[in-house]
Amino acid sequence: MRGATRVTWALASSVAVALAAAACGGGDDDGGGTGSGDGVVRAFWTDPQNPIEPANTNEVQGGKVLDMAFRGLKRYDPETAKAENAMAESIDTTDQQNFTVKLEKGWKFSDGTDVTAHSFVDAWNYGALVTNKQISSYFFQFIEGYDDVHPDEGKPKAKKMSGLKVEDDHTFTVKLSQKFSLWPETLGYSAYAPLPEKFFTDHDGWLKKPVGNGPYKVDSYTKGQAMKLSKNEHYDGPDKPRNEGVELKVYTDQNTAYTDLQAGNLDVVDELPAGQLKNADKDLNGRYINQPAGILQTVSFPFYDEKWSSEDMLPVRRGLSMAINREQVTKKIYHDTREPATDLTSPVLKSAGGYKPGLCGDACEYDPEKAKKLIDDAGGLPGGKVTITSNVDTGSHRQWMEAVCNSINDTLGKNNACTVNPVPTFGEFRNSISQQKMTGLFRTGWQMDYPLIQNFLQPIFYTGGSSNDSHFSDKKVDDLMDEANELGDEGAAIAKFQEAEKRILDQMVAIPLWYQNGNAGYSSRVSDVKLNPFSVPVFTDIKVK
Amino acid sequence: MGRYVVRRLLQMIPVFIGTTFLIFVMVYAVGDPVNALFGDRAPDPATAAALRHEFNLDKPVPQQYLLYLGKIFTGDFGNAFNGQPVTELMANAFPITLRLAAVAIVFEIVIGITLGVITGLRRGRPVDTGVLMLTLVVISVPTFVTGSLAQYLLGVKWGWIRPAVSPEAPLDELILPGLVLALVSLAYVTRLTRTSLAENARADYVRTAVAKGLPRRRVTVRHLLRNSLIPVVTFLGTDVGQLMAGALVTERIFNIQGVGFQLWQGIVRQNSPTVVGFVTILVLVFLLANLLVDLLYAVLDPRIRYD
Repeated sequence: MRGATRVTWALASSVAVALAAAACGGGDDDGGGTGSGDGVVRAFWTDPQNPIEPANTNEVQGGKVLDMAFRGLKRYDPETAKAENAMAESIDTTDQQNFTVKLEKGWKFSDGTDVTAHSFVDAWNYGALVTNKQISSYFFQFIEGYDDVHPDEGKPKAKKMSGLKVEDDHTFTVKLSQKFSLWPETLGYSAYAPLPEKFFTDHDGWLKKPVGNGPYKVDSYTKGQAMKLSKNEHYDGPDKPRNEGVELKVYTDQNTAYTDLQAGNLDVVDELPAGQLKNADKDLNGRYINQPAGILQTVSFPFYDEKWSSEDMLPVRRGLSMAINREQVTKKIYHDTREPATDLTSPVLKSAGGYKPGLCGDACEYDPEKAKKLIDDAGGLPGGKVTITSNVDTGSHRQWMEAVCNSINDTLGKNNACTVNPVPTFGEFRNSISQQKMTGLFRTGWQMDYPLIQNFLQPIFYTGGSSNDSHFSDKKVDDLMDEANELGDEGAAIAKFQEAEKRILDQMVAIPLWYQNGNAGYSSRVSDVKLNPFSVPVFTDIKVK
Repeated sequence: MGRYVVRRLLQMIPVFIGTTFLIFVMVYAVGDPVNALFGDRAPDPATAAALRHEFNLDKPVPQQYLLYLGKIFTGDFGNAFNGQPVTELMANAFPITLRLAAVAIVFEIVIGITLGVITGLRRGRPVDTGVLMLTLVVISVPTFVTGSLAQYLLGVKWGWIRPAVSPEAPLDELILPGLVLALVSLAYVTRLTRTSLAENARADYVRTAVAKGLPRRRVTVRHLLRNSLIPVVTFLGTDVGQLMAGALVTERIFNIQGVGFQLWQGIVRQNSPTVVGFVTILVLVFLLANLLVDLLYAVLDPRIRYD
């Protein structure tokens, strides 16, 4: 029968196609099959945004790897956020501008080669050179000669920064372009990590399997899927891993990771789905972490717009701040994973590092009556209204903006005094900020680069600062920061910065909203899980049962 | 037949160019992806300019498109922003999604057609009504509900399976996701087969076959079913493309690192090379699947000829 064979053929071929498709790409089947007795921590991961290079990583997921596989001159203590010497034996200066760095001897990269002064100097020069397109190159901006290797426009005039000089294998000197007494404290950030010879000679090979000098070494890295790390035998630092290794598994959806955590297939999840925050503590039997991260959310006024920046507007700016019920938003929308802000830094700094709760004073307290009086007495909002602008593609921004607007409207007793201006993507939002198109309040979040009060103030409020999006400028504030950077005594420098901070708050350039927390959940298989000041889990401390 | 195929293949060229251009413009219209790389801060202008130059973002869109198209013909789909070639992403993602789609198609064919035949032959009986009700329920519940529910019950509550599929996505781990993915289409296949069968059961040729004294089984399988399958095959053909692109939800729920995941990631991070590259391939899949369906018609129905 002719027809019969044709039908059979059609069915047979479709089955054959299905089988062939099923067979290809089968590969090895050992994935995910890590047993429970091997002492390896299985942790949540998402694909890092950029290739994993120290100066090209600015988000937590790539930061996780850097934190495990690299050690810089300093390391921030996970508990106190204080910068402590790691690879550095000493960093000395007499004038707060010229520094001599001495390295501890005996450190090695996981491929067995020595970490020398060259490893640092070459890595920093690489990170700063504009043609290498490193996202975090601005970290090197304080070093003399940065402008030559990283001009705002055109080709670089030099390949190396003139401020870096190798003295011998374990000593190098750094000349900064200005006085900056707290500079050594910035060196715990991963952008300052040393790089081995291989990075420069076989860059592609290195990217496939990064080699560093940290407590862990990278065993295998399948982009978009997983990374396996094990103990680095060459590592002799104080924070040796208390587990056998870490397996980072890429998840496409936080909810899946959370389900896997509940099912016991995953040990550490540091990005909990927003919808689960309310129940996480109960779901996980208390194996839930909710602690301050170095992130502050503020809304800023456009100081390039006379109708907001003028002296007469100060009561209005203060009034708006007092009209916001921060407590309600952090409770209702964020389930206590944010905390009402009362200064311009972050609790991770601790008071020793410059965090001073209440510095904002009454102006950050919710007081609708006083707020209304302040605004009304000053003649009301300019044009009778205010908008709040932010991108709404992440972070529940739309929800809090609406809540804040409601709070302002209730205070003023008007229905549409405050309106929300949602921008679909972060890219667009950034574009209109840099083109100075803001006409009212706009969101200005700040994630610290290093746990220093300087980092919360100088980039944002110094005249012409790299993130001074409101274009605020105040001679006195600039002078105070300059003075602080020249002081040799850390405590005195912090006090000066706080003086500047108080002055900024008194002018209400940016309304502090809330401090953001880092959240994580972990399985009953592991213990001693905590987050460092950058909200990255401290993997070396985790014990596996 | 050969000439027909060639003609169809030639017709694909303008469709291909048109669709890729539209996608390209749409992806690039959403804004500057370089800004998003810098996190919550103002990008450093020099680095941003260098990155824009690398990805040709500093040129006008039509020129960008021509440059992109030129590269595609040499097999270079560009690099994702994390430095990984898009072709490498495809080599990882497509086999996985293809496997998932294959599992789903097998479920649709086996369960869908079987149920369709049973209900079609027993119209109005309790079996028919029951299955119809069931398909209605399946169609009306969104995939992410069935997926999440199945995952929670089988993965967490009862612990029969791992909630997340491992990166290699072996066949046995894809059974549940495949079923979840297939469910809605499966319901359609059932209904389509049933209706088609019910219609043809009254056709003259069936009456003739019965009058000839052919055995009931032969009448059903050789005559009735074969003629009734034409609309079902059309549906399954277009569904192949649909399953590959639409697996996004299922792939996210079960953490399957296939096409949907890469597309999602690309969209979230405004990673234009990934999005355009994957969609381009999906366009090709749709076009080829449609051609295959048309050719299958001729196999199923000798009256249809392509000359």
